[in-house]
Amino acid sequence: MDVLSDMLVMLLVLTNLRLLSSSRIGACIHTVAIQGVLLGAIALAVSPATLSIKLVALTLATVAVKAVLLPWLLRRAVRGAGVSREVEPIVGFTASTIVGALLLGLCFLISRPLQASAPAGIGKTLIPGAMFTTLSGLFLIVSRRKALTQVLGYLTMENGVYVFGASLAVREPLLVELGILLDVFVGVFVMGIVIYQINREFDHIDTDRLSVLKD
Amino acid sequence: MTTIVSILHVILALAMSPLLIGVINRVKAGFAGRQGQPLFQPYFDLAKLLRKGAVYSRTTTWIFRAAPVVGLAGAMVAVVLVPLGGLPGLLAFPGDLVVLAYVLGTTRFMTVLAALDTGSAFEGMGASREVQFSLLAEPVLLLSLAALGVCTRSLALSDIYAGLFAGGAGGVAATAAMVAAALLLVLLAENARIPVDDPNTHLELTMIHEVMVLDHGGVDLACIQYGAGVKLWVFSALLVGAAAPCRTGVAFADLALGVGGVFAVAVVVGVVESCMARLRLVRVPQMLVVGGVLAIAALLWALR
Repeated sequence: MDVLSDMLVMLLVLTNLRLLSSSRIGACIHTVAIQGVLLGAIALAVSPATLSIKLVALTLATVAVKAVLLPWLLRRAVRGAGVSREVEPIVGFTASTIVGALLLGLCFLISRPLQASAPAGIGKTLIPGAMFTTLSGLFLIVSRRKALTQVLGYLTMENGVYVFGASLAVREPLLVELGILLDVFVGVFVMGIVIYQINREFDHIDTDRLSVLKD
Repeated sequence: MTTIVSILHVILALAMSPLLIGVINRVKAGFAGRQGQPLFQPYFDLAKLLRKGAVYSRTTTWIFRAAPVVGLAGAMVAVVLVPLGGLPGLLAFPGDLVVLAYVLGTTRFMTVLAALDTGSAFEGMGASREVQFSLLAEPVLLLSLAALGVCTRSLALSDIYAGLFAGGAGGVAATAAMVAAALLLVLLAENARIPVDDPNTHLELTMIHEVMVLDHGGVDLACIQYGAGVKLWVFSALLVGAAAPCRTGVAFADLALGVGGVFAVAVVVGVVESCMARLRLVRVPQMLVVGGVLAIAALLWALR
């Protein structure tokens, strides 16, 4: 199980690096969908030997929302806004990739103390991987201009938090987990509508240009 | 026993490296629906070039004549150092991975000097590009080998590759996979293959490696082309060792597997060349940076 989760975390890290280095929004949405599938696989791989029906059902629901429903919503928003590329981000794509490498190093460094208190048998890469996912989502939000890419950053951040929860084997009650899932879903749903409205109103979805308010 | 097989590897590498180019060309022809040139065409080309004389411009000095020989010698030294799969290289000592990187660096340095020696602006431009991209490719190679070195706690290439999967493939699988991906990118960049450079263009302003050797002819060109084949073999051997965890323990079987792996790499390169367009020049550094980040991630994975 350890090898499996190690490989899955590696793939998770690679999807993050792809998000940081890609300019095509369609490809980024695809990557986030892959990340959703990976999340489910990781949650099942690190769970204790007994797979309860509740756990499997929750994981399936998470994968369905994160890998199918949300990407579908975002693709619709892309079609509505007619934007396919992130042009001129605040931090360039090559620089973002390098920042990604630095963040990964930082995550490995600061997760050492956490590793000591983590439950045994989750492997040494899961916590840094989860942290890296959260941080790269955060970096996407601050370094990109298009509202759509920022939504993708938000989703990535949420994915990181989910892996973190899975890695520390913190199982919230069913209702709370479903609540979080619904929260994310409604969040992205609203963001999709907002993007559509922004685009209709201003003919673009560059968030930094929105800071200049007019009446 | 192992020494005999290592000697055999060097002989095989020197004999069969032009065949690698032939395999790549045949794969590309197959994808394009052509019959393609004969598998042994690179050998015929070399034989033809060896029969020819060379013309030297009056601008050039001894550097221009020395560069092809140094290039070939460097590639041969590299093939002596490099291990094939789990088989040790003929020559192994702690720190030989740095020697390998800088022997290859020396050959490039000489090629660049020779290109500048011709006094042609066109070749100078190619030299500038070659240096720019190798500046990014070299750290990727060293970081990848460092990641493997950390995994096996040794500094000799042969020990690294022999010990990599010795303790079961599980623990190092993620590191080895990322190193293999990074090494594939370095292989494509260093051997002037398609996403970085097109080996078939001769009259384009966008090419990198080919433009530097435009003024060479005859035996010199044969040295350069043969050296390029040997260099491709060296990088393929490095890649095979990290990508394929097949270690039988029987030396001859390992040799056969390794040679098969090297030709499999040639097929992969052919497939990549058929499926991809050449990257724009400004995108090449980005590709190499991605390779570097992969290598760094592999190193962090090994250090965890």
